[in-house]
Formats: sequence, C-alpha cells, structure tokens
Amino acid sequence: MEILTEYGDQLVTAFTRTIQLAALSAVAALVLGTVLAAMRVSPVWALRTVATAYVNIVRNTPLTLVVLFASFGLAQQLGITLVDPKSPTSITDSSFRLAVLAFSLYTATFVCEAVRAGVNTIPVGQSEAARSLGLGFTQGLRYIVLPQAFRAVIGPLGSILIALIKNTTVASVIGVAEAALLMKEVIENTSALIVVGLIFALGFMCLTLPTGAAFSYLSKKLAVRT
Amino acid sequence: MKLKSLIALPALALIVAGAATGCASAAGSEAKGVEAKAKAGQLTIGIVFDRPGISQKNPDGSFSGFDVDVAKYVAGKLGVQESEIKWQEAPTAQRENLIQNGQVDYIVAAYTINDARKEKIGFAGPYLTVGQSLLVRADNTDITGPESLNGGKKLCSTVGSVPAQNIKKNYSKDVQLQEYDTNAACVEALKSGAVDAISTDDIVLAGYAAINAGKLKVVGKPFTKDSYGIGLKRDDTTGRAKINDAIEDMIKDGSWAKAFGKNLGPSGYQQPAAPAVNRY
Repeated sequence: MEILTEYGDQLVTAFTRTIQLAALSAVAALVLGTVLAAMRVSPVWALRTVATAYVNIVRNTPLTLVVLFASFGLAQQLGITLVDPKSPTSITDSSFRLAVLAFSLYTATFVCEAVRAGVNTIPVGQSEAARSLGLGFTQGLRYIVLPQAFRAVIGPLGSILIALIKNTTVASVIGVAEAALLMKEVIENTSALIVVGLIFALGFMCLTLPTGAAFSYLSKKLAVRT
Repeated sequence: MKLKSLIALPALALIVAGAATGCASAAGSEAKGVEAKAKAGQLTIGIVFDRPGISQKNPDGSFSGFDVDVAKYVAGKLGVQESEIKWQEAPTAQRENLIQNGQVDYIVAAYTINDARKEKIGFAGPYLTVGQSLLVRADNTDITGPESLNGGKKLCSTVGSVPAQNIKKNYSKDVQLQEYDTNAACVEALKSGAVDAISTDDIVLAGYAAINAGKLKVVGKPFTKDSYGIGLKRDDTTGRAKINDAIEDMIKDGSWAKAFGKNLGPSGYQQPAAPAVNRY
C-alpha cells in the first residue's frame, strides 16, 4: 500500500506513456500492415517479393534487437534521431519516437499476416465479380475484399494489439520512461520484487483485459454472416 | 458468464502468486546459515557476470574481478576451497529474493548497503567505499564534475538504477539523461559520441576505464557516498560475524589492497582507503 501512495503519480505518468506508445504504434502498424498485406496479395511479382522478405525478416527478429537497432543503429551510427538535436529534450523525444518506429515496423508484420489470412477467407468469386464489374486490383481490394477481410480478422487483430501493449515494456531498454522502467526503479528502491511485479501486472491487465473484451465483442458484432 | 470468468482470471493469478511467495519464505527459514553450509563444503555465491574489474565471467568460464577476489577470500576463511564454490548470477532486481529463498548463501556484487535492503537481508562489511562519479572520453576537457554538465550535456546511466534516479532528481535541469539497460550499452554510446558522460559508482566506471585505457577516463570527485557490503540472510548473525572477521583479515593482511591493485589498478583510479567494518 505504501508503494501505491508513494508512487501513485508516477504510476499514472508511466502508464500514460505506455498507452501513448501502444496507441501510436498500433495506428502506424495497422496502416503499414495493411499496405504490406496488399503488396503480398498483389499480382506484381516485385511487390510480393519485397513484402514477403520484409515480413519474414522483421517478424523473425527478436523485438529487443529491433528496438536496440533503432537506438544504436539508426540514432547513433546513422544519425537518424527523428528530433532536432539542439532541443533540450532531444534524448527523451528521440527514444520515444524511435521506440514507436520500432514497434510499428515489428507489429506491422503481424498485422500483415492477419490481414492476408483475412483476404484468403474471401472466396475467389468475389474478386472475379469485382473484376467483371470493371474494378481494377486496387479498387477491388479497397471496396470488395479488404472490408470483408478486416471483419473476419478482428479477433486476431485484438490479440496483436494486446501483444503490442505488453511488448511496449521492451522500450525501457533504450530508456523510454514507460511502465517497465518505473517498475525497475521501484524495485531498486523498495526491494519488493513480488509486490511491485504484481502491481505492474495488474496495471497491464487493466489495459489488456478491456482491450480483449472489446475486440471479442466487435468480432462477433461485425462478423460477416453468410 | 463471460464477464465472470474475466474477473476470476486476475483473482486466480493473485492466489497462485501469493501461494508461491508463501512457499518461498517458508523454505527460506528452514535453510542453514552460511557457517553450516560452508562446513558442508557447498557454498553458492551470487555475483554479477558483466562488470569489468569488479566481477566478470571470462571466455574460459572462470571469474575474475575485485568482488570475486573478496568472495574467494571470505570463502577461504570459512574453510571452503575455491573449487567448491558454486557461482550464481545475481541480477540486480533479484538479489534480495535469491538470498531470502536460500538460492545463494551470500552475494558479493557491487551491492550497495541501504535501509530498504536491510529490512530484507543482512549486510556484512562494508568492504569498499564508493561514490557516484562520471566517466568521459579521454580527450574531453570540459566535464570535470556534476556542476560542469550544464548546458544540456548528455549523460547515460542504467535503467532504474539509483545513480540514474539521482541524476533525474538533482541535475535534471542541467543535463539530458539517456537510460540503457546495461552499462556496456552506455559505454558504446559514450564511445560513439551519442552521449558525453556516463554516471554510476566510481568503482564500476574505473573498471570500464581499465579495459578502455587511453580512450575513457573517470573525472571529478565522487558526489555521493555509498558502501558495498556482502549480502546474506537477515537472521544469520553468526555468519555475518564470520564474514566481517574475514573482511577485516583481508584488509589487515594486505590481500585487500593487492586485489584492488590487480583488478582496478590499470584504470589509474586512485585506491580508496579501506572502510571500517560495521557490526550492527
């Protein structure tokens, strides 16, 4: 209880940071993942190859490495810090943006595979019908295939979002002040490993359980009934 | 039904976790003290594996460093041969738990004595006085101490560590803090120029300066004062007295100074005076 009163404000700040990380990465990952999925089902050989290679490389790289690469590879070696280096908060902003970039690139691969699975559930007759109406590949995807595909994979997308929320804890390795970083501080100060661990586990459940519930509700509500 | 099972899940997790801690503390109180374990010739010592000069796992699987030498000397005084020691890695966040659960008999791992920890475990020693200091590139001349960090200098420290918190609390207006999960990552960032300085205990910095002689240096006077102790079970007072005796012997017979010179001498870091053991 003392831990809760002493660190209450910091807990709120840290979990807000976690939510910001997850929300921004989720939006970016959804956009990028959908583009990747469109590339993977496209009739153009080059697009398919590029997207397949990207997904297989990034999806099979440990997330910690992706995040560390963003900080050491991009920021330190290549100088891509995503901020004005003269800004007085350049390090904090840079770490945060690089973390969002890393999570987006990583999670997009999973979104891509989920959306592609959704596309595969749509009978070929649908795209053939679209083509016979005179719609091109992009139009058919945009108006006929993807709307149905998304409705089929809301459940899996929810799982990906939950995984993303928990994955944001990796951002502490490059110093983003989210929940896991605060947890390390509190454990260092109080030496109460198990109690502190439980508090943060509960904090994450407060984020992930409603997310899961919302997505299973949506997946039922929006399912394509045939 | 769905909602009910959703609420039940975290409750179940709590019960399981509670049961686990209950078991752990019960098992801990039954275990024998350090002295009895030493007599049986089976000592498990907790150390860190990745601090050059302090304690480090070598490529051939052996361990070396100042902490390792202290741990070996103490074990020797307890009558345990070097070959009988079982080394166990003690990550920072788990140290108190490892001791309370009896997974290690004592820990020598740059372990700072403080009151929150004293509530959980006992500390023999101190065997070394340390302070927070700064490590910079050898060609740097404008950083001489924490006051000279003004003007948005970039400082690196390990995630969640006391030195990092200290910087955030006391110097946050003057410096930008980059946190990485290991000191080694900070050293990389310092070498590449991404940060201007690293801050943590001077002795840890001295270890990095020693393996990067000519490239990195420790500057300024330490601006905090802490002591490293040997952590063991809180109620093991005989074990604590024995280890305190061993530390005093080590300081008296010159092995302490020899171990310091051997492991941290190359850094150019001045050897501190040996601390007086605190028997509480």
